[in-house]
Amino acid sequence: MTTDEIIPACATIGKVRPHPTQNEALLFEKSSPGKRAYKLPPLDVPAVDAASLLGAAHRDVPGELPELSEIEIIRHFTRLSTWNYAIDLGMYPLGSCTMKYNPRVNELVARIEGLAEAHPYRPDSLAQGILEVIDLLQRCLLEITGMDAITLQPAAGAHGEFTGILLVRAWHESQGNARKKILIPDSAHGTNPATAAICGYTVENLKSNSEGGIDLEALTRQVDEETAALMLTNPSTIGVFESQIAKIAEILHAKGALLYMDGANMNALVGKTRPGDFGVDVMHLNLHKTFSTPHGGGGPGSGPVACKAFLEPFLPIPVLAGTKGLGTEGLAANCQLHWNYDRPQSVGRVRAFYGNVGMFIRALAYILANGPDGLRQTTEDAVLNANYIRAKLEDIYELPYKTASMHEVVFSDKLQAARGVKTGEIAKRLIDYGFHPYTVSFPMIVHGALMIEPTESESLEELDLFIAAMRAIAREVEATPELVKTAPHSTRVSKLDEVQAARKPILRWRRTA
Amino acid sequence: MRYLPKSPAEREQMLAEIGVASIDELFAVIPADRRLTRDLTVPRAHAESEIIEYFRAAGAKNATDYASFLGAGAYRHYRPVIIDSLIQRGEFLTSYTPYQAEISQGTLQAIFEFQTMIAELTGMDVANASMYDGSTGAAEAVMMAVRVTRHHKAVVAATVHPEYREVLATYAKHQGVPTALIGYDAETGRLDLAALEAAVTQETAAVLVQSPNVFGVIEDIPAIAAIAHNKGALLIVSIAEAISLGVVRPPVEADIVSMEAQSFGVALSYGGPFCGVLATKEQYVRQMPGRLVGQTVDSSGYRGFVLTLSTREQHIRREKATSNICTNQALVALMATIFLSVYGKEGIRELAEHNLAKASYAAQTLSAQPGAKLLFHGAPRFHEFVLQTEESPEQWSKRLLDNKIVGGIDLSRWYPELQNCTLWCATEVITRSNIDTAAKVLAAWPVEA
Repeated sequence: MTTDEIIPACATIGKVRPHPTQNEALLFEKSSPGKRAYKLPPLDVPAVDAASLLGAAHRDVPGELPELSEIEIIRHFTRLSTWNYAIDLGMYPLGSCTMKYNPRVNELVARIEGLAEAHPYRPDSLAQGILEVIDLLQRCLLEITGMDAITLQPAAGAHGEFTGILLVRAWHESQGNARKKILIPDSAHGTNPATAAICGYTVENLKSNSEGGIDLEALTRQVDEETAALMLTNPSTIGVFESQIAKIAEILHAKGALLYMDGANMNALVGKTRPGDFGVDVMHLNLHKTFSTPHGGGGPGSGPVACKAFLEPFLPIPVLAGTKGLGTEGLAANCQLHWNYDRPQSVGRVRAFYGNVGMFIRALAYILANGPDGLRQTTEDAVLNANYIRAKLEDIYELPYKTASMHEVVFSDKLQAARGVKTGEIAKRLIDYGFHPYTVSFPMIVHGALMIEPTESESLEELDLFIAAMRAIAREVEATPELVKTAPHSTRVSKLDEVQAARKPILRWRRTA
Repeated sequence: MRYLPKSPAEREQMLAEIGVASIDELFAVIPADRRLTRDLTVPRAHAESEIIEYFRAAGAKNATDYASFLGAGAYRHYRPVIIDSLIQRGEFLTSYTPYQAEISQGTLQAIFEFQTMIAELTGMDVANASMYDGSTGAAEAVMMAVRVTRHHKAVVAATVHPEYREVLATYAKHQGVPTALIGYDAETGRLDLAALEAAVTQETAAVLVQSPNVFGVIEDIPAIAAIAHNKGALLIVSIAEAISLGVVRPPVEADIVSMEAQSFGVALSYGGPFCGVLATKEQYVRQMPGRLVGQTVDSSGYRGFVLTLSTREQHIRREKATSNICTNQALVALMATIFLSVYGKEGIRELAEHNLAKASYAAQTLSAQPGAKLLFHGAPRFHEFVLQTEESPEQWSKRLLDNKIVGGIDLSRWYPELQNCTLWCATEVITRSNIDTAAKVLAAWPVEA
């Protein structure tokens, strides 16, 4: 296929034109001895002879780190960066991941010296500023979720799930029986069953009903005295709100089981409804999804866990004490905040120190920028965008579940697969049109899923470009399926050999003789 | 609503095209009695300038102008400027896990470079793309050793950071991995090898130690490895101070190294985000948790990088996965990669030697003050040391604070037997004058008549 055939097709929608990217070798291949990008200040204490001081523990052979100058490092990473797609470049509709705009003021405030340079063991009296930030964020998140108590310690969503299920387990133990199993819908994220397993529970699969939601009859049948909890994502991974949520909670609670909510999709609910008001006992939030902290190429995240009062005694140590409720008063807490380690019923620690504090600062900056109106409007726009895409594409992509969509819409590749083109290939072709692919082949209850989450951050113009690209690809599937199946055509590297990567793993550079 | 790119007219237009009369129709699926019909009680929307003002005030309240001798798993080092210039490029900052390799080669190559650097520094064959932090990394390493050896017990040194041990206890409890705690030699501050030898059995999956340990003392890794391997257990070495590897021999006898890479250019940020990472021998890589980037070729034969060996992971294996970890610490790992590029092969050694020199001077100077002495002798240290004082730390730390200095951490919070003992850390950012001032304050012990 020639460039002439490939590029004009994508260029017609007006989103992309080809642009050269620079080549760049590995740092190690560019290194040469004697180059320096650092200069230490003169030593103001006597120098020591490391070899004699450390004896057998002295390192005689240095690690093979590259030796480069500053400009080479700048160019190296800048060139690498241009090989990435990013939210800052365009729509990144990766369903379930909530790739929304990451405000830059968040980055600025997280770097304010008094916050960024605070040592975790400084005395509480010298940490009142950061403790107030943590306190205010906690109070905001409790208000947003409608829950009673919270820990910010977990480092990411999956870590929050782990913490939340530990709370469930500790509570059941306090009732005399830890119970044996966790129910998980077949539409759930892979982290849910993995979490239940590492908490010592067996996983029992809960089959979705014809609408992609919880099958109440199956739930009633499967919940028993050995059921510790149901892990439920709401809205579900097909972007559908469980309208029977109150009934679900009732069925669980009647058997003494708890309702855990995976809050990955909380961005569809903020300001519109609160998990604490619809029967959830414990849940996690992803600050890097709903609350705009950057995804950073795969972290850092932050996975606070909020719970009802009866689970509060089990929260990880330490918990913030000296806090007061969230009123309409100003931002300051005006009381001596401190960490409380005296928590005999705690599940223990899940992480050293207090959590990914830098992410707390960013999340709070986001909440402050929005206020109650902005948070609600954000949710509404996210749902509006997803429904707009649904309305504009449902005539050419199969919509397996017709239930009302919230913040994301899940199509299947049924119509395109009939022409031999699968969701993964359509996704790769989207790259040529200037978009990041949607989430491919997930959730597993939809065969050949296209999971699209636009978030609130997309303008009408960008949405229309995306819709035009998806429609153009659907036409290509009919007219020139090979063009789609061999995509992407416009990237630096073409399809990479993943089989070879896994069969003979090369996981590091090594100097060749 | 400055982050929302829509005009009211556009919203109306979209609603019309969707075919609904109002936005509320799209939320009709939420049962009426569960809808929130009031405003959230959160602070009102703030202007950007107000947000900055709020956080500046919070930062100022935290006090910024103190010299600090705090360490214990969180270390203050100089952060080269270009780290923040580079990681704030939107292409790094606002991308996600590189599932789509063709448009994620930047992140993928950078992770490959990170994996290489960590393997080089630790003396291991391979390293993963990062873990949450050093504490969870150590816990995950123990679970990995259980999978590798199919043994189900762990032996843990009391000289591993106490909070790391607490995290391990939380993880181990529900995975049926009993842990035995091994004390330390009161003379050297090193792990008690005789007690270790007695505790390791054929059922031991892992021996977990930290080096430099929580007292700053470097453990005898070859001797510990021999004891562990003799019974078929794996040795896990936790490294909380990554800079030490510039001058301290890497734990090549270990089977798994769990490292906290915060010292490589990551701000303290009151304890996080930090950057854990696991490194191991080639034969154990398929039992390692976390993301891995591998080198491969594209259809034209050009070198490229992909996430690989993902059949270990939760999104494929679900409840049979090696771990539930998904999002890790990629951007923080990138900071570490840039930091290590700046210092390079020679710089990391020179930097580590400066740390050694500062701590050496600080230990000598502070322990020379009346009523003060160095605890633990006969084993090498890196940049932390334990000072025992006749005066209680509560007393002198007040005087230090008056002089804008935060002294060492009171160890009795974790080790009740170490009364009046404090853990001091001196990195390259501590000045001679900080040390001399601290010494003067310690010497000004108001001896009661």
